[in-house]
Amino acid sequence: MYYRTRNYFSKSHIDWPLFIGIIAVSILGLFVLYSATEDIQVIYRQCPRIGFALLLMAGIAQIPPRFFRWVAPLLYFGAVTLLTCVLVLGDISKGGQRWLDLWIIRFQPAELTKLAVPLMLARYLDDQILPPKFRHLIIPFILLAVPFLLIAKQPDLGTAILILSSGVFIIFFSGITWKMILTLISTAAAALPLLWYFMRDYQRQRVLTFLDPGQDPLGSGYQIIQSKIAIGSGGLHGKGWLNGTQSHLEFLPEQATDFIFAVFGEEFGLLGGLFLLALYLYIIIRGLSIGVAAQDTFCRLLAGSLIMTFFVYIIVNIGMVTGILPVVGIPLPLVSYGGTSLVTLMIGFGILMSIQTHRTLLHR
Amino acid sequence: MPNLQTIKDHFKENRIYLNRTVAASVIVIIVFLILTVRLFFLQIYQHELYTTLSLNNQVRVAPIVPARGIIFDRNGIILAENKPAFSLELTPERSNNIKETLTALRKIISISENEQQTFLKQLKYKRRHESIPIRLNLTEEEVAKFVIEKHRFPGVDVVARLIRYYPLGEAVSHVLGYIAPINEKELETLDPIVYRGTYHIGKTGIEKYYEDLLHGKVGYQHIETDARGRTLRILGRTPPKPGTNLHLSLDSRLQQAAFEALGELKGAIVAIDPRSGEVLAMVSKPSFDPNLFTKGIDPTTYKELNTSPEKPLFNRAIRGQYPPGSTIKPLVALQGLTVGTITPDYQIWDPGWYQINGKGRLYRDLVYFKTKKGHDHVNLDRALMHSCDTYFFSLAHRLGVDHLHHIYTQFGLGKETKIDMSGELPGFVPSRHQKYKNRKDPWYPGDTLNIGIGQGTLLATPLQLAQVSAILANKGSYYQPHLVTALSYPGETPKPLPTSNPSTIPLPEQHWETVLASMKKVVHEPGGTAYKISPGLKYQMAGKTGTAQVFNLKQNEKYEADKVKAHLRDHSWFIGFAPAENPQIAIAVLIENKHTKSASSIVRSFLDPYFASLEQK
Repeated sequence: MYYRTRNYFSKSHIDWPLFIGIIAVSILGLFVLYSATEDIQVIYRQCPRIGFALLLMAGIAQIPPRFFRWVAPLLYFGAVTLLTCVLVLGDISKGGQRWLDLWIIRFQPAELTKLAVPLMLARYLDDQILPPKFRHLIIPFILLAVPFLLIAKQPDLGTAILILSSGVFIIFFSGITWKMILTLISTAAAALPLLWYFMRDYQRQRVLTFLDPGQDPLGSGYQIIQSKIAIGSGGLHGKGWLNGTQSHLEFLPEQATDFIFAVFGEEFGLLGGLFLLALYLYIIIRGLSIGVAAQDTFCRLLAGSLIMTFFVYIIVNIGMVTGILPVVGIPLPLVSYGGTSLVTLMIGFGILMSIQTHRTLLHR
Repeated sequence: MPNLQTIKDHFKENRIYLNRTVAASVIVIIVFLILTVRLFFLQIYQHELYTTLSLNNQVRVAPIVPARGIIFDRNGIILAENKPAFSLELTPERSNNIKETLTALRKIISISENEQQTFLKQLKYKRRHESIPIRLNLTEEEVAKFVIEKHRFPGVDVVARLIRYYPLGEAVSHVLGYIAPINEKELETLDPIVYRGTYHIGKTGIEKYYEDLLHGKVGYQHIETDARGRTLRILGRTPPKPGTNLHLSLDSRLQQAAFEALGELKGAIVAIDPRSGEVLAMVSKPSFDPNLFTKGIDPTTYKELNTSPEKPLFNRAIRGQYPPGSTIKPLVALQGLTVGTITPDYQIWDPGWYQINGKGRLYRDLVYFKTKKGHDHVNLDRALMHSCDTYFFSLAHRLGVDHLHHIYTQFGLGKETKIDMSGELPGFVPSRHQKYKNRKDPWYPGDTLNIGIGQGTLLATPLQLAQVSAILANKGSYYQPHLVTALSYPGETPKPLPTSNPSTIPLPEQHWETVLASMKKVVHEPGGTAYKISPGLKYQMAGKTGTAQVFNLKQNEKYEADKVKAHLRDHSWFIGFAPAENPQIAIAVLIENKHTKSASSIVRSFLDPYFASLEQK
């Protein structure tokens, strides 16, 4: 006997535990953003973006997961087509053309791809017997490689990494054997030099700079040195909100976007940093538990991939700012200034909420 | 597709998933622990190191802007250089009260309302530790005045900067272009590291075309500052690499003489050395002072320049597209001779007008409007000398539009000359195909007559006509026009750029001779359309005059300059080269809306001194 739960929480289709975590990080983010820019106008611009993204999230949460399953191929092939368009148009106008001017908003096809790839892979693997045999993985690999290469060619290494990890986690959650995982990891490691070949000069420069920050004192090496000084000088308690001295130094525009964690670390110290990591951990655990509670394979794979991609966002960004990973243009989720990746993230959370709140429960 | 032979085992899949979630959680926790350890390492273990770095001595990396390349003319005269200039700048972080400081400053140094507005605008965008200019170009007196009272103005400094200076001002502004502050659109496409500390960028002309070479490579220095941002000492320095110097083919004396020759008239002059394609002079009038832009032009002056009906910012020499008028008749003649439509002896009877197949509309000769009669018997020589329209109506009609299109295109009309300047326009050569495509209108025989005398939709720039003149001078062999002939780095001898190979228009030698002989008579024989400039001429010159109609007269209307509104008056052309036997310079002169002076009448005022100076050498 099946019946739909009728309590207040599930009627709104919002997953409140997840929602509270998101709101907490966003509010914290606004405070850091204000300190990083000292400009209230920036906050006035960021707030409507957050509001819009939250509304979008709530809207997406109303849609039952079977719709996402249905729309996945459409989104996927649409995204690949748009990526190809961008690449072709971009070649004409020289240089990294990532935007398409559509309607009233400027639109980045790469953002759509961040959602389309996990949706498509989840749907494909849902149709297979799990755990998949190696031959069942050939098509997922192709589905993953095409958008990955198109985006890496733009060049947008940050987004490409996020898309790659979303696909990798789907395959991981589908239950391939550990032996196969190890084989794949070693193959990937062997293919790393190939990646070097695909990289643009400035990307290679960033990797070299990561290995030796002193080499490029005006470019990204300077960023890493400065962000380490900022974070390190923060100490246990931090210098206090608005009291960061390093962030007021000549520090490049990215202190409001990709490098915002440096401002945070300087002003709130180790305790603040741990608090933020704890909030993120809370969101991730909630996301994973949504995956476990999900009722079909499509929802499970999708939920696991979405939340683990969120996790990759965090580690790549904080790893870069603290100097343990190379500089890759990935924002700190829910904190960095900007609207594009925020909207995509919130849609992802909307999908998670939909998975959680559209379950049909057995009567106990 | 679900495999039909085996059934999905949901419980098994659920169990695998749970298994993997546990593994993922372990990964998450391990990575978060690594991040925690990293933060602990930076913020606790290395805290003292970084505190020292951040608080006591702050090492800042400051860019050192490279000096922009200098531009010389062919004789080594400086056309664009960098002059040190003092500017008054304020660093918001170190100022106690910006408004009060500003009011007090205005009492000892004049700061205009405009400058104050610009400053306040920048104040909003810049970071608090970046200095913002209040006034540029302080006089030494003002610097002295300020230095005495400097203690009263915390955060205000006199800063020495290099400012672009164009010694010849208006005379070369259209060729060189100018540099001006980088705007937001340019900011998006520039490499922020290459342009750190640079506020200006080439906007037009040579300055824009050679921006990459002129800019140079930024250097940097490590500055040790105290906690308040004051410089304590400089730790290390990587010097900037200054921009490359450019050596132009321009002759600045000829350039200035040509500039003065045009006087108050609107128009353009281009002079090319036909032996190499080097541009010797390029003038467009009215002009503007490029030094206005480097200082930071105030909005009112800019608006005035930009909206003036005289269009002083418009480079007529490469962007002005006008009907070439009778100046292209030598080309039509060459094609007629080559195809065999005419011979040099071929004659027609000119009653003062032409009718297609002897009936219909009268296409009147320009002379008819003045004298009410034609040229009587006309052969090719007389037709060129007197610029007889009737003869060329007849020739154009017999040749047909395709032959005209062919010869015009061969002489480079309708496409850019690819000179090394930004913003060149291609002009236009109409064709049957294009007219049908654009207007869905067939080609009429009347259209052929019009473009046969250089009117109608045929358009050319003064640069293109100077090139036509150079090609005629060289009897068909020509070089791509260019301005930069050599590059040099400060303190080094100039390295000449490789010269390009000449191209040729292969036409029989005797046809060139025929046409050039007639062009010489245009200047040197009584009755030639430019004969009035010949008295006292010490060198041989060949030329061709032309008139570009701005609007079309009705069939029986008479053109009277006085009665026509100034901006609708005809344009006057002259193309020519000298010395006729061994050409060293080929020119094109355009005067817009002529009233009193024709283009040919001003030619000698810059060519005479030019040849005089050549003899002195």
